[in-house]
Amino acid sequence: MDDLIADFVAECREMLESLGGEIVAWEAAPDDRARLDSIFRFVHTVKGNCGFFEFPRLEALSHAAEDALADVRSGRRQADGALVSAVLAIIDRIGEMVAAIDAGEEMPGGDDSALIAALEQGAESASAPVAATVAEAQGKIAAPRTIRLSVELLDRVMSGVSDMVLARNELARRLRESPTDVPIDGAFERLSSIIAEMRDAITRTRMQRIENLFVALPRMVRDLSAELGKQILVDIEGGDVELDREMIEMIRDPLTHIIRNAVDHGIETPTERLKSGKREIGILCVSARQSGNQILIDIQDDGRGIDGRKLVEKAIASGTVTKAEAAQLTPREQLALIFEAGLSTAREVTAISGRGVGMDVVRSNVERIGGVVEVDSKPGAGTRMTLRVPLTLTIIPALTVSIGNQHFAIPRSAIEEIVRANGESVELERIGGAGVATIRGRRVPEVALADILGLDSPMKDEERTLIVLRPAGGDVYALAVDRIHDHEELVVKPAAPAVMATGLYAGTTLADDGSPILLFDPAGLAEVGGIRLEAQERAARIAEGPVVAAAQSTELIVFRGLDGARRALRLSVVDRIEEVAATSIRPAAGQLRVQLGESILPLAGVGDGELPADKVRLFRLNDGSHEVGYCFREVIDLAVLDHDIIDADSPGEISGVTLVGGEPAELIDAHWLFAKHVGAVSRSINEQPVCRLPGDDPWMQNMLRPIVEAAGYRVVGDCDEAEADVVIVSKGAKVDKKAAARTIRLRAEPEAANAKDSSIYRYDRAALLVALKSAGGGRGR
Amino acid sequence: MSALLLVVTIAGERVALPADAVESVVELDTLIPVPRAAPHVAGLSALRSRVLTVIDCMRSLELGATHCSDGIREAAVVELDGHHYALIVDVVEDVVAALSEPSPVRAAMGPGWERVSAGMVETEAGPLLVVDVAALIAGVEAKAA
Repeated sequence: MDDLIADFVAECREMLESLGGEIVAWEAAPDDRARLDSIFRFVHTVKGNCGFFEFPRLEALSHAAEDALADVRSGRRQADGALVSAVLAIIDRIGEMVAAIDAGEEMPGGDDSALIAALEQGAESASAPVAATVAEAQGKIAAPRTIRLSVELLDRVMSGVSDMVLARNELARRLRESPTDVPIDGAFERLSSIIAEMRDAITRTRMQRIENLFVALPRMVRDLSAELGKQILVDIEGGDVELDREMIEMIRDPLTHIIRNAVDHGIETPTERLKSGKREIGILCVSARQSGNQILIDIQDDGRGIDGRKLVEKAIASGTVTKAEAAQLTPREQLALIFEAGLSTAREVTAISGRGVGMDVVRSNVERIGGVVEVDSKPGAGTRMTLRVPLTLTIIPALTVSIGNQHFAIPRSAIEEIVRANGESVELERIGGAGVATIRGRRVPEVALADILGLDSPMKDEERTLIVLRPAGGDVYALAVDRIHDHEELVVKPAAPAVMATGLYAGTTLADDGSPILLFDPAGLAEVGGIRLEAQERAARIAEGPVVAAAQSTELIVFRGLDGARRALRLSVVDRIEEVAATSIRPAAGQLRVQLGESILPLAGVGDGELPADKVRLFRLNDGSHEVGYCFREVIDLAVLDHDIIDADSPGEISGVTLVGGEPAELIDAHWLFAKHVGAVSRSINEQPVCRLPGDDPWMQNMLRPIVEAAGYRVVGDCDEAEADVVIVSKGAKVDKKAAARTIRLRAEPEAANAKDSSIYRYDRAALLVALKSAGGGRGR
Repeated sequence: MSALLLVVTIAGERVALPADAVESVVELDTLIPVPRAAPHVAGLSALRSRVLTVIDCMRSLELGATHCSDGIREAAVVELDGHHYALIVDVVEDVVAALSEPSPVRAAMGPGWERVSAGMVETEAGPLLVVDVAALIAGVEAKAA
């Protein structure tokens, strides 16, 4: 019922708003038939709805106005000033009451009979009470003053402001070139900041409240749930969040789809809900909020949730993943399968959804506008879908690159990382004429931008910079460009059809100096470059945000440490960002170590902060031969080191403080980190440690020896006289205590016999490696 | 007849563009090429804060190519479907009034001219071929498709 009332209020509001102008026009020309008709329609609609909702006063008012207007329409009565005033008074009173209903307040007091009487033919002019009512109404509703503007005019103003920005940029260039006085510079600075402010303001005029999108939802959910025999309460929050009006249109369909899914599959029927101990009314929460330059829209239901295992079964059945791949999927990745084409967990196809052509379309639509869609679900407790979309479509953060002397732009959202083709972790090979780049062990197709564009470039393949791109809905590939220039926020405009026909470009934009730049469409580039994009890399898709490494200048990654301090690291030492379970961090051999796959790294950065309980994020730092983990809470930004560093008093983890993005940040001394954390290990490598293995045990010799050797040990047999750092024996074998500083005992059964049993299961490779490493580290001390 | 025509020279030939289609006449200096675009798209240029798609009329008519490298070119700016184009011409001459309705040209013209012809009109400066701007912008491919 509340939803219906909300709908009614919204409808009345809309009509009242559009009626505002009509009323004034009707007052000026009472015999204008078109105006009369639209006012008549309004009171008629109100009358119809009031009867249904039991608002007797509203009904009486609208009924009286309708009667009077009907007389005018049928020509039985002339519209005169008195009638117009009386009708206006009634409409104002209706507006007041609607506002009261909306706010959930008591109906405003006062008698309506005077207003109704004023409608009677020959009644005294009711202008005095009208004025009073109007004043009262205005006092109560402190609505912001608004005017209506055509979008065209706004666009014109917008382009005027863009012109102004360009003119300012040119002026700035001229001023830089010629020596100027300080007062001129000061005046220019002021002009500059005013223009920037104007640009912001005018950009905001393109914004619309997301309410426009949300307004239709209660009705849609009501209709759907009635059809499905479910009871659902819609809770909407954050309707005042503002979004570019084009963007609102672009997310309308995906949002609708997700809500239909939630109503159809998520929320159970009342009987099912009672059976599983929930209230029979399901709750669907739709909320919007702004976070940085993104808008987050959450759609949360308290329904049955998504069963990850069922999704995996379906995915295996449909051949989307192999069994082996499926076994590797984390719960989050399992849920993300819902976005794969052709998967639907609905047991049967319903008229509303469940044809398996949904979530993949939702994802590709959201990705097309530079957004992300995420899913989180607990079986039995509900599902939450999150749409993350950029604030606006027209301003796109982009990276400018060049081939020869021509500049192009690439949307930042598609860039996964940037590496130098001659960097240590990158290899370029040609396979059947096609380029393949191996970046830290991952093979990605590589194509040179100059070849795609058919441009001459004097640069050799090895000298180029590779940009790893992930087009919306596709797989990664590497694009080799001659040079990388700058990160810029570009105002992108559609290009002419003849340019779009190439399939390479997403639009055009103007650089600061006023010359046009073409913005690439990463998917189009791949297509023209002959790269196939069908295959999806599931794990990588969920990976954390892009780590962008720069080619020139000292780039810093600014982050918040576990203790909350703002810190920065030189980006060049950061190999990548990892997320590990807290359980894989444990103290071993005198310091904290973290297990990452099959390697174990010393862990720094814990300091006074506390380790999170479940997941820990860390930077993997690399000095070329050793790695160190550095844990942190969150990445703040990437920045360039452009301020002086104020050195710390004494050498330590923090080498100094510098201003990054206007705020101080502690700069981590990577050299010190490595010296402290891997110093021990590196010494032991110079002086190879020795491990003794029983020479007569074929398992040890054949299976274990390679692992021990790979861990950096020299393996000796029983008879060798050399002093061993580590001795590995089977559990139960006798050990000469003097022979070894440490002994590792291996057992054949996975489970330990008792709590005191310190032996290691012989196939527990990770534990073995920890033991070996700590033995080596122990020697170095 | 009050329809105004802009008289321009393309490939040495005097022709007329409907003046109400032409927004302005500009001199292009910088030209940013668009790799992989159709040959008659000479590139992009900027007019105030608008991006102009520059059309080489000679290529569009398959009458050779304009040499864009030698600096400033004259061009007529037109708007079509919300996009702005600059049509490179040899010379912009004058604006004249049409004295008749366009009538079909019965003489045999070159295939390029045939494609963009919107008929012939009488003017004070003698009979002129009126060029269909949209056909000029579409170029050769659109016709073949």
